[in-house]
Amino acid sequence: MRRGLAAAVVVAALSITATACSGGSSGSSDSSGPVTITWWDTSDATNEAGTFKALVKDFEKANPDIKVKYVSVPFGDAQTKFQTAAGSKGAPDVLRADVGWTPGFVEAGFLAPLDGTTAAAENGKFKKNLIEQATYQGKLYGVPQVTDTLGLMYNKELFAKAGITKAPATWDELKTDMAKVKEKTGVDGFAFNPQAYYAMPFLYGEGTDMVDAAKKQVTLNSPAAVKGIDTLNSILAAPGVRKLDTTSNAYANIMDAFNSGKVAAIIQGPWENANVFKGAAFKDKNNLGIAALPAGSAGQGAPLGGHNLVAYAGSDAKHQEASQKFIAFMTSADSQTKVALANGTLPTRDDAYTAEVNANPGIAGYSPLLAAGKPRQPLAQYSSLYTPFETQLIKIVSKQEGTKPGLDKAAAEAKKLLPEFSTQ
Amino acid sequence: MTTVVEGKSARQSHHGRGSGRGPMQLIKNSYNQYWYAWAMCVPVVLVLLTVVAYPLIQGIYLTFTDATSLNVGRTIGVNEIPDSYSWVGLKNYTEILTGSNNQFWPHFVWTVIWTVACVALTYALGLGLAVAINRQIKARGFYRMLLILPWAVPTFVTIFAWRLILADDGVVNQILIGLGLDGPSWLSDPFAQKVAAIAVNIWCGFPFIMISMLGGLQSIPRELYEAAEMDGATPWQRFVNVTLPGLRPVSSTVILLGVIWTFNQFNVIFLLFGGNSDSVQILVTYAYRLFFGQQPQDYARSATVGILCLSLLVVFTSVYRRWLKRNDQGAL
Repeated sequence: MRRGLAAAVVVAALSITATACSGGSSGSSDSSGPVTITWWDTSDATNEAGTFKALVKDFEKANPDIKVKYVSVPFGDAQTKFQTAAGSKGAPDVLRADVGWTPGFVEAGFLAPLDGTTAAAENGKFKKNLIEQATYQGKLYGVPQVTDTLGLMYNKELFAKAGITKAPATWDELKTDMAKVKEKTGVDGFAFNPQAYYAMPFLYGEGTDMVDAAKKQVTLNSPAAVKGIDTLNSILAAPGVRKLDTTSNAYANIMDAFNSGKVAAIIQGPWENANVFKGAAFKDKNNLGIAALPAGSAGQGAPLGGHNLVAYAGSDAKHQEASQKFIAFMTSADSQTKVALANGTLPTRDDAYTAEVNANPGIAGYSPLLAAGKPRQPLAQYSSLYTPFETQLIKIVSKQEGTKPGLDKAAAEAKKLLPEFSTQ
Repeated sequence: MTTVVEGKSARQSHHGRGSGRGPMQLIKNSYNQYWYAWAMCVPVVLVLLTVVAYPLIQGIYLTFTDATSLNVGRTIGVNEIPDSYSWVGLKNYTEILTGSNNQFWPHFVWTVIWTVACVALTYALGLGLAVAINRQIKARGFYRMLLILPWAVPTFVTIFAWRLILADDGVVNQILIGLGLDGPSWLSDPFAQKVAAIAVNIWCGFPFIMISMLGGLQSIPRELYEAAEMDGATPWQRFVNVTLPGLRPVSSTVILLGVIWTFNQFNVIFLLFGGNSDSVQILVTYAYRLFFGQQPQDYARSATVGILCLSLLVVFTSVYRRWLKRNDQGAL
């Protein structure tokens, strides 16, 4: 009897544990009724997402047999989050992925090729280089939804007050301009956001990059890269620059300062247009000046970025089909025009640039800069190189390390990711 | 990750706790005597095995491999990716402890400084306040409540409030500038960051120490103080010779817990600074960053740092307890 009771307790305990540990299975795939696909949107939740939510509603109206579960995922976490979810439960059917993630995700087997599907039916209408950027090893893995590059955003009114007539063409000119702004208007002339992506123009400006895929070389610590980062350091030490902010709020703080006219110029991309136009200093949209970034000794250079809509390879055929329809809808000329007008971001296909879109001051400023944008190198590890670069960049600009030793460390970390590459 | 499980009745001998099993006979006897207690413990043991032991063993296994998010296999629809990570033995440990471009030791040194500074200062503050509040003063309950507040408020609310207070143009710097001093960037300057981190952690941690100490103070017999007073002891002498020895059992426990908690204090560092500032990361946040904050996610290295943290704490705990035993204060 006693033994029996003990055994019963054990059995009960076991069953409790078992139920506690068996994860609920997700993904109801009953064959009748509408299909529900999940979309992870990585756009800015306050300034951009509303437009996309409205488009999702339109899509559901047009396709009553498909439901879309909209999930907003912060851009900074999305890459890791998707990677964790892929292959287990909870991965989305469609993801808005940064163009730089494509190679890595393809190598890992996460993405379904879209050649010849409904998603890529209008392929020919997109800008050629963007389709190339979404293609890896000969197959198309995403449909470009938005494109961007970095430029110099400046406050025309403040520049005029300081007696500056045109945007600075070189980093040295930027230094003199920001000193003038500080002197004449009292506000800071320039602010830098210490993130790897925003430091890329300083590398490109010296004709280098983090790596050289063709030569199989890590170039993060090349003399050219050191020169580029030294240029950045000299700007940060010059009069008229906003005090460096390396806190986790840096990005938001800089945008707030720019929007309210406390900073005259920043390095930024068109995804912030919607946010900037909400700012007090830009009630008149024409007050926003957009110019190509100042040049280094080897010319100007800014990364060509943007986002593709990609389909998850792990979804079943039915979901894949619905995803393809959804991707086609979201990247259609009509949708892209709507997004462009609402968010001030740049469409990826020529037929979406209507007269109205071209007249938007934000878009008019950025679209001429696209042609000179530098695409990411087709290297699965490329987007992983930002991490070591950024860690050391913060140390370098906050004077914890010299430029060369810091970049040497970053290059050593990069080499761990690319064992067959040579370093300088 | 250090859990102490008292999975049996307190009357039992210290067999089979943490170390190997006792002989079969002992188990048999114990089963016959306490079968019901054992049965009652089974659910707890099973749950702990699944949520603590299994991940721990998995983590230890990972430290001997070179697993990253790139080479761990998975099946995604039609794409079958096999596991391609391999057994590398102690390579992770040797690389982390002796490798070039070392990132472990700087974080380790800062973690030790952080732990010692936080525990010492929190303990001193908590004890001071406990002694201050242990007298018959008016509105004692009100003061007590006020001092427990920092503990009662959710950590992340506290820390975000501190982030605003410590911002470059926050209250602290406005006061400093008002006094004609230079306000440092508490949240970005490497040295000021560390000071800020310790200050915020003390703020979050002192109420617990204070409450524990209050309990300890109230258990010291009044007669001892009376006797000391009769012998003409000054207040300071009474504090050193009566209060402190009387608090020893409580202190030793509180300090041990404090060290373990502070060593693993993820919230304060992560919420105050995010993943940006490398130099202010303690070992746990550093391990977190290796796993979640970078591409490719370095499972193996992150697990190795985690296991090193665990080993350090285990060593510390055992040395500390031995030291207490030697001083005959074995009230743990």
